[in-house]
Amino acid sequence: MKAFISCKVLDFPGGKVVFSPEMRFLSESPSVYSQCYRVLDDNGQLISHSNFVPVSEEVAVKMYSNMVTLQTLDTIFYEAQRQGRISFYVTSIGEEAINIASAAALTSDDIVFPQYREPGVLLWRGFTLQEFANQCFGNKADYGKGRQMPIHYGSNKLNYFTVASTIATQIPHAVGAAYSLKMDKKDACAVTYFGDGGTSEGDFHAAMNFAAVTESPVIFICRNNGWAISTPTSDQFRSDGIAVRGQAYGVRSIRVDGNDALAMYSAVHSARQMAVNEHRPILIEAVTYRVGHHSTSDDSTKYRPANEIEWWRMARDPVTRFRMWIEINGWWGSEAESQLRSSIRSQLLHAIQIAERAEKPPVNDLFTDVYDYIPSNLREQEKLLKETINRHPKDYPADVPI
Amino acid sequence: MLGIVRQKMLEQSLKKIRPAVSVLRSYSSAAKQCSLIRNLCTNLKISRKIVISGRCVCKNAYAYANMVMLMTVREALNSALDEEMSADSKVFLMGEEVGEYQGAYKITKGLLDKYGPERVLDTPITEAGFTGIAVGAAYYGVKPVVEFMTFNFSMQAIDHIINSAAKTNYMSSGQISVPIVFRGPNGAAAGVGAQHSQCYAAWYASCPGLKVLAPYSSEDARGLLKAAIRDPDPVVFLENELLYGESFPISDEVLDSSFCLPIGKAKIERKGKDVTIAAYSKMVGYALKAAETLEKDGIDAEVINLRSIRPLDRSMINASVRKTNRLVTVEEAFPQHGVGAEIWFDASIVEESFAYLDAPVERIAGADVPMPYAANLERMAVPQVEDIVRAAKRTCYRSVS
Repeated sequence: MKAFISCKVLDFPGGKVVFSPEMRFLSESPSVYSQCYRVLDDNGQLISHSNFVPVSEEVAVKMYSNMVTLQTLDTIFYEAQRQGRISFYVTSIGEEAINIASAAALTSDDIVFPQYREPGVLLWRGFTLQEFANQCFGNKADYGKGRQMPIHYGSNKLNYFTVASTIATQIPHAVGAAYSLKMDKKDACAVTYFGDGGTSEGDFHAAMNFAAVTESPVIFICRNNGWAISTPTSDQFRSDGIAVRGQAYGVRSIRVDGNDALAMYSAVHSARQMAVNEHRPILIEAVTYRVGHHSTSDDSTKYRPANEIEWWRMARDPVTRFRMWIEINGWWGSEAESQLRSSIRSQLLHAIQIAERAEKPPVNDLFTDVYDYIPSNLREQEKLLKETINRHPKDYPADVPI
Repeated sequence: MLGIVRQKMLEQSLKKIRPAVSVLRSYSSAAKQCSLIRNLCTNLKISRKIVISGRCVCKNAYAYANMVMLMTVREALNSALDEEMSADSKVFLMGEEVGEYQGAYKITKGLLDKYGPERVLDTPITEAGFTGIAVGAAYYGVKPVVEFMTFNFSMQAIDHIINSAAKTNYMSSGQISVPIVFRGPNGAAAGVGAQHSQCYAAWYASCPGLKVLAPYSSEDARGLLKAAIRDPDPVVFLENELLYGESFPISDEVLDSSFCLPIGKAKIERKGKDVTIAAYSKMVGYALKAAETLEKDGIDAEVINLRSIRPLDRSMINASVRKTNRLVTVEEAFPQHGVGAEIWFDASIVEESFAYLDAPVERIAGADVPMPYAANLERMAVPQVEDIVRAAKRTCYRSVS
């Protein structure tokens, strides 16, 4: 009888669904784009009626100095590559707020799975300028033993997983780690970063779906900077950006002004609380602009107008915007600014000099870590290599210790 | 007496006898063995009459010291997973249908009930997704065992297996180890067509950073799976669907929960002196049958069960070839760039034992075509016992009429 009387609701495996006699397709795009959360306006002034997580003077000043350090680090290393001193570099110019503000809102127990445009997170956690330089120069002090290209940083003790070149593979990794954190009942979450281009990879979809099903404490931070090398977002996807996809997978999401450090901080802070306390994934789409080229192998003026790049670099610089806010609060001044910039610059140049002159990793580092212990065939090969080097030393670089 | 024990009873009651059997290692005296056998008989619900006769014979307990039981490969894998999960709370299973369905091939039967949904995870259909997630969990420090419904589907996840699992310890210079196991049926089954029949041993074995195992018997299945789960490096564990239901005799030592086989060591299944036949997985069985046929023709074949494809047991293969001076490699996989090609050239023969060969090495492999479905065509696309016999005879310069 019950089924006969009220046929307005269908009870199907997914839940109760209301019927409708009107045939209506869901539109492929909304009439209004999903809104973007921001707290500071373009001049660094607090927007009225904004709600945000307050930041103390100490934290704000630390955030700002880290943003300046990141900017300077990028500029100097980019120049070093152009001078032929390192082989490759990737800048994060324009995305300093995403890097530093998100890192500031996390704890050191949260495990970070980066793409490659997030060295600021590592910087915030305490990776030194010397350590950055060592990795880029691939010298003996590099934690990666010279095995990876520049900018593939990693640090176990800072909970920052080694950068891999594959796009979006870190997204399901983060979900796996988050699931394990949940199993271990830790008060921590996993955080993963990726660009707008990375969201086209199959791994993104599988990971989002999985995170929702397994109720894992993971924060997905998408740096929607408008470009995937030369592919603009209009060629990457036709959805209204990334945040709207959250609902499709059952993941809570928000779109944030990625150049507003205060808004980023608040969003990540709240996301972390939800992720850890409610065991749920959160998706944050940080809208920004990639001011630099994709990498040192790219010249972006070939596919976008130079004046567009300049406009974003000058008028929409997240570092300047945050500086205006801390200056309004009386926490910063021009003297502190020039002191900071010159100090960072000289530290960086010094670090580069030391890294450049340091010894390269020894030959036996070629053969270790393939497995947990070194197998006999690799030991043989190592022996053969050393014998050959001894017999024909002119054929081998002189600065590689045996 | 225990030969009366039938396989079905064993499968149903294996859980019950396991606690009793694991105590075996601490038993040394005959008297203790007697009471143990009595317990075993009780657990298996064997009739009292037999138990009595067992007690009578107990005076000669040594007769039972090497009691041989039968176990299917399926049971061997299930018990290995069960024991490793119970010994280490970090081990957990993941894959399609591994939980509620008890496993697509029932390998993970009973484990969901025993360990709960947190440790036996039914995944959505995304090999790339769940493999990536498992690798992430392994980075964190837990020990996932990922099941592919067949290794053909692992191709959708192969980027994570190679780029995220195999290479990570090296790329991170030992900072991130990946203690993960990828397991599932590999190679040809029966009438499943091209996309369900490929053998991936050669593909995975070509990649440094991975270990690749291919068990044949139940002893192999138990020992190698336990070794794989305990190993801190990523291991690809290639089972065979048609072997799941086959039973093999196993000794008490194999039933012990600490039993483990070393990775990288092959096994001589049958000693011989005239020709070496090296095979892995199901082809070991075929090689043994071929050896029986060859014996009637006066050829004494030595059969090597490779067990480990990466690392290959070069020293054992070489030692055997130096003894017999002839070699036949057998695999179900495609011939080009395969395991047979590897053994022939690099692993041992050309590099180390070329001078010992009295005849060219014979390579038996599957036909160089995607596996056809029709039963008659499928039969012709995989090696048969007769092919191995003919190859062995060719190396012995016997006519193959």
